Amino acid sequence: MKKVKFTFPTDLIKEPLIYLLSQKFKLITNIRRADVRPDVGWVVLEIEGTDEEIELGLDWIGSQGVRVDPVGGDIIEG
Amino acid sequence: MANVVCLRCRECKREFPVEPGNVCDFCFGPLEVVYDYSAIKKIISREKIEAGPFNLWRYQDLLPVDAANAIDINAGFTPLIRSKGLAEYLGLKELYIKNDSVNPSYSFKDRVVAVASTKAIEFGFDTLACASTGNLACSVAAHAARAGVKSFVFIPHDLEKEKVVGAAVYGPTLIAVRGSYDDVNRVCSEVADQHHWAFVNINMRPFYSEGSKTLGYEVVEQLGWRIPDHAVVPAASGSLFVKIWKGLHELNQLDLAGDVKTKMHLVQAEGCSPIVQAYQSGVTHVKPTKPNTVAKSLGIGNPADGFYSLQVMKNSKGSAVSAPEDEIAEGMKLLAQTEGIFTETAGGVVISGLRKLVRDGRIKPDDCTVVYITGNGYKTHQVVEDVVNPIEIAPSIDAFEEALATRVGV
Repeated sequence: MKKVKFTFPTDLIKEPLIYLLSQKFKLITNIRRADVRPDVGWVVLEIEGTDEEIELGLDWIGSQGVRVDPVGGDIIEG
Repeated sequence: MANVVCLRCRECKREFPVEPGNVCDFCFGPLEVVYDYSAIKKIISREKIEAGPFNLWRYQDLLPVDAANAIDINAGFTPLIRSKGLAEYLGLKELYIKNDSVNPSYSFKDRVVAVASTKAIEFGFDTLACASTGNLACSVAAHAARAGVKSFVFIPHDLEKEKVVGAAVYGPTLIAVRGSYDDVNRVCSEVADQHHWAFVNINMRPFYSEGSKTLGYEVVEQLGWRIPDHAVVPAASGSLFVKIWKGLHELNQLDLAGDVKTKMHLVQAEGCSPIVQAYQSGVTHVKPTKPNTVAKSLGIGNPADGFYSLQVMKNSKGSAVSAPEDEIAEGMKLLAQTEGIFTETAGGVVISGLRKLVRDGRIKPDDCTVVYITGNGYKTHQVVEDVVNPIEIAPSIDAFEEALATRVGV
């Protein structure tokens, strides 16, 4: 299980990428919080599956142009 | 610690027991410490605080840990200096510099790590950890050494050696992750999930961030229990900015200070300014960015407290400004040459932002203004190396006198 935040750029707002993520990979997605606007959108969700499948799924959605982050924001600090 | 009630989700307001963790199980929103202010009010007073130790533990009643077992390297109660040279340069009558660059590991991170490490030991952890490119690493390693526990510090593999010497000297296990900034973030998130360690800014984050409140308390106390008109604060995650505001309000709520009319101004470097961009666009969503700034200590592209920082600006009638990259070194030199304070790049960002706020008329000459200097110049001295331009002379008094006349003009 992994908790992640997806940020969608404007050109991907209309794409059903979370649906496709669960179709292309053996993953269950569970949205907990979201804010989608005409110009930008973010979704905080839980993803269930094997570690390998989660990694493949996140690599794929990242390659589509979605930014993937930990739910608590960046971890590296100065 | 008896003053802490629970942890509460900042989004859905669900309450949780005081345990390690940083997000709500239900909505994944961030958790925050909730205090019993009516109980605190009965035991706290200005006199009690003033009689306390000369470090952040003088505010122990307002921190979520048992100070009797504090991991104490003497963080906090740093100087608040009334500015002369810089104030005159900017045309301000009442400017103060909160010089937090003189903490034990030379940055304000000692405040947050003091609280996080104390809480970690209370919880029974035997290992502290963090991912950092500088200040946080130094502070975590120093506190772990003091506590006598292990520490793991994750760094990007290409980080310059001189930046980690200040952490490595305390004896942590340094893990250099090959890959991009995002890769380091991802790996550390996974490590934190799988190891029972106290990651100070992940599973200790609700407690860690409370340490920043002391920068609000101290300024008010050092001003003679007066609330400033303006606070100018550097921002990476935005947590410091939000917690200073919280600290000011707590003092008011406990009748230790008057009404909070402070306008909170947030400053970021232009090369990593997602919160400033959101403020300027008038939106509440902070769009993540890839950091590309000389001010590495402010290089957080996806700030956890971005949204809450925007709320503080709105509620305080404050603002956000960015410092052009080419003005950061200039800001460092200006502070050094007008006040004798050598700050790191984040301080240069703040001074540049302060200039802009004055120039734009958002800070008026008679206003009581506090700027926060959060890190020490010796950590980023390479940025201002061009100041080194000695007059080289032969070893004779004649050569010196000649140089004095021809090159110095004396």
